[in-house]
Amino acid sequence: MGATEKDIDAIVEERVQAVLDRKLDALVDERVARALAEHEARQAPGQLDRIAIVASKGSLDMAYPPLILATTAAAMGMEAGIFFTFYGLDIINKKKNRSLGVPPVGNPAMPVPVPNIIGMLPGMTSAATMMMKNWMGRVKLQSVPEFLDMALDLDVKLIGCQMTMDVMGTRQSDLIDGVQIGGAATFLEFSSKAKTSLFV
Amino acid sequence: MSSQVHVDEEIDCRGLSCPLPIIKTKKAIDGMQAGQVLKMLATDPGSINDMAAWVSKTGNEMVDREEGEGIYTYYIRKVG
Repeated sequence: MGATEKDIDAIVEERVQAVLDRKLDALVDERVARALAEHEARQAPGQLDRIAIVASKGSLDMAYPPLILATTAAAMGMEAGIFFTFYGLDIINKKKNRSLGVPPVGNPAMPVPVPNIIGMLPGMTSAATMMMKNWMGRVKLQSVPEFLDMALDLDVKLIGCQMTMDVMGTRQSDLIDGVQIGGAATFLEFSSKAKTSLFV
Repeated sequence: MSSQVHVDEEIDCRGLSCPLPIIKTKKAIDGMQAGQVLKMLATDPGSINDMAAWVSKTGNEMVDREEGEGIYTYYIRKVG
């Protein structure tokens, strides 16, 4: 009699354990599914941890913000891309990107303020450019070509604007290696899934 | 004053401006094993906030931080 009771106890315990396990599994599954759904709902649909930047200006001072932001984003684990369009295409033009200049005209933020009428004189752009290069050398800021190498090394996507190339007669061989060529649609497809998009 | 943290690798970003300390830190961490600690030296005052943002975004751990005589020292443990 005692033996049977023990057997029954064991069977009951096993059954109860099986039911508990099943219920627990179901509960865990349900909670995980709910947490995942909540996490997904918090993110905007289709958005990636990505930054998309338009670089539209070809002066030395305007070349830096897109390059600094894109390389930093990549270093933070984000996906980053820059679309070089209009004068911004000069930034990835290897014949031009070592000699980008700083225009003193219409630039009230020069370290030494230059009246526009003086800024218009011949040689003033190279004077302003020299001033900025001095300042950049002091803080050991890298050159534009060095930044581009770093960007490619960090897998930043560099897209040259096809239309600008057509207008300015730029060939793919004029551009640095590693850039892709595309149009507005290429950039928009890329930026449509980006959390952050900037126009510089 | 020196931190008690065991350091596996060290990089010197003194004299470098934004964003190089961040980028060099990322490169160094990429080449390390999970659990190892990187010591990074910088002089850029912006690196205080930038490094905090970087660990927060990348999920790595700032084990310790020191500051003195214009030099900022960071100890970062690679996570995952």
